[in-house]
Amino acid sequence: MTVLRRLGTLLLAPALAVLIAVAISAAVMALLGVDPLQVLSVMVDLGDTPSQQITAVVAILNRALPLFLAGLAVAIGFRMSLFNIGVEGQYRMATIMAAAVGAAVTLPGPLHVLLIIVVAMAVGAIWAGIVAVLKVTRGVSEVISSIMLNFIALGLASYLLTGPFRGSPEGASTVSTAQIPESGRLGGLNGIFDVLGLANPPRQLYGFLLVAVLVGIVVWVLLQRTRFGFDLRATGLSPSAASASGVDARRMVVKAMLLSGAVAGLIGLPDLLGRTYDYNTDFTSGLGFLGIAVALLGRNNPGGIALAAILYAFLDRASVPLQAASLPSSVVTIIQGTIVLAVVVANEIAGRITRRAAERASRQSSGPPPDDSMTTRRVPGVVSEGTP
Amino acid sequence: MKAAALLLAGSMALAACASDEEPSSGSGGGGESSAASGDLQIGLAYDTGGRGDKSFNDSAYAGVEAAIGDLGGDVTELSPNADGSNRVDLLTQLADDGNNPVIAVGFAFADALAEVAPQYPDTEFAIVDQSVADMGLDNATGLLFAANEGSYLGGVAAALKSESGHIGFVGGVETTLIQEFEAGFVAGAQAAKPGIVIDRQYISAAGDFSGFADPARGKILAQGMFQSGADIVYHAAGGSGQGVFEAAAEAGGRAIGVDSDQYETVGDPALQAVIMTSVLKRVDVAIQTWITDYSEGSVEGGSDVVNDLESDGVGLSTSGGQIDDIKTQLDDYTQQIIAGDIEVPTAP
Repeated sequence: MTVLRRLGTLLLAPALAVLIAVAISAAVMALLGVDPLQVLSVMVDLGDTPSQQITAVVAILNRALPLFLAGLAVAIGFRMSLFNIGVEGQYRMATIMAAAVGAAVTLPGPLHVLLIIVVAMAVGAIWAGIVAVLKVTRGVSEVISSIMLNFIALGLASYLLTGPFRGSPEGASTVSTAQIPESGRLGGLNGIFDVLGLANPPRQLYGFLLVAVLVGIVVWVLLQRTRFGFDLRATGLSPSAASASGVDARRMVVKAMLLSGAVAGLIGLPDLLGRTYDYNTDFTSGLGFLGIAVALLGRNNPGGIALAAILYAFLDRASVPLQAASLPSSVVTIIQGTIVLAVVVANEIAGRITRRAAERASRQSSGPPPDDSMTTRRVPGVVSEGTP
Repeated sequence: MKAAALLLAGSMALAACASDEEPSSGSGGGGESSAASGDLQIGLAYDTGGRGDKSFNDSAYAGVEAAIGDLGGDVTELSPNADGSNRVDLLTQLADDGNNPVIAVGFAFADALAEVAPQYPDTEFAIVDQSVADMGLDNATGLLFAANEGSYLGGVAAALKSESGHIGFVGGVETTLIQEFEAGFVAGAQAAKPGIVIDRQYISAAGDFSGFADPARGKILAQGMFQSGADIVYHAAGGSGQGVFEAAAEAGGRAIGVDSDQYETVGDPALQAVIMTSVLKRVDVAIQTWITDYSEGSVEGGSDVVNDLESDGVGLSTSGGQIDDIKTQLDDYTQQIIAGDIEVPTAP
């Protein structure tokens, strides 16, 4: 298959999903008597002055960053037919532990940041590891145990925040852990706007963007270009076939969950290292669940997940100017919701189309089907298994 | 893909528009805000939950509406997204659009305000429930409430009206703010009836804000209190209070509402009957007063305005007439608090 065709099949399902979602949303808007064109023009209007436009772009990227990491964490599980719905609890535990450790020590700059990142990944991995151990030793469904661990994480984090880790003075309305010192913070990337000759607004682009890009590349290489990734995907496709060829399926479950949890542990760090410098009662929750939608839309592929995260963040940002223009901001929620539904449908349709094309191709060449058909066939199966 | 998606979005929107032209052209222009008027342009950023919560946010809107009724002008209202992560965007948008003054409803805006206010030195900001004294902003005012004083009166009323000598308190989320309600309530009840039994429970712990929007769990906690002998339960739990009222109605007990006059807002005659009184927190009065001060140019930035019993910023509602018989005692306590003879604690 040519590169263009591969790209086409890769983009077919998400494009179809976005199309369906937009069509449904436009229909709803029309029913409500709202002009869909007006809504669209407000959504794509990033502001009047260059400074406002850059601020909007920064807001979108900063929001997309945790969504990307959440989608990545969920996708690693999906690749192995594991539905890690516990990302929510994993990143909450990881963030509070990382905040506490980061505030407790003083190290030279890069080492301090590195320590915080390592702690967050380790805690996320451990929290996910509980799920893996329960699954391989006791056969507990990872969906059930990880949902339950979300509640335990919430309670435990609340206890830690108000008890041993409390760093805010008595009487402060927002309870928080102690602040991470200067050396443990990541500065913004706004310098690149100066280099590019663009406006440089006060809003800082999170420095964690570089870490996230790096993580995305590493995960892609790990999944697509290593023996480990091949084993993982093979086990996800057919555990029995994989173990027949010498893969220890139970070991792979543990490894996949640990990896997924480690990435999940990073979700709270853009905010922690770039803006709040502590874990507090205003902690942004719910990203773990949004990550599921982002992973589905991105077809479990790091590049796709990045685009999906940016799309979600773009839609999120639009809700503010929509309200300011007295237009229903629920449009954003409708689009985001229908995208998830549409993705499931579209993945199935796209899967059938590519399968049929592959079958035709294999009949014509009467040889074994090319490796690509293998890749494209996998995703719908994972999605339908992974969707409750 | 984003560009492609937008392109698709555009074409779909076009198609939808063409097929359904009449209704959309009929009402499409209704939403434009009238930026042309020279009156006040007030920006209002709600706390999570937005307009229609029958409590905090609605009260804030009522204050703005009243101010506009007096002074003329226009309001732009924005609500945060579900996880509250875009509060900075809300304030930025309001200030960028030229709204002045801008009011942030709820202490959760503290960090966002600290970031945005310095960028717009010509815009005057106000934040509800958050002190700005230590934030170093000279264009922001903190609108504070002596919730402990209002709750003290609630405690007095509960103690005087309780027949079993056993009352209860249901808090939404165990934050400092709600602990102030608890502290005042307990102090008032003990002052009016020493030795009274007071059950105190919170729906969720700090950091988990579900406690303000979980009537089912509010109901379970209140049921437990009524079953163990309490006959009046006070809630400071936002939307979860509905469950407390339901539990009171089923148990034949009574309840005390919070923030707004819930006797008037609850909208169900069966529940109305159990609402003995409400501990008012007059966000509307505070906001209206502040906007009026602003229009007269007498707002002093960088400081707090405390709304207490003396300024009628807090107090008890009397709708339903269930506490009319203890009015003299309540007035007596009110006078003592205003005079400083009674010092109401702020922490339990």
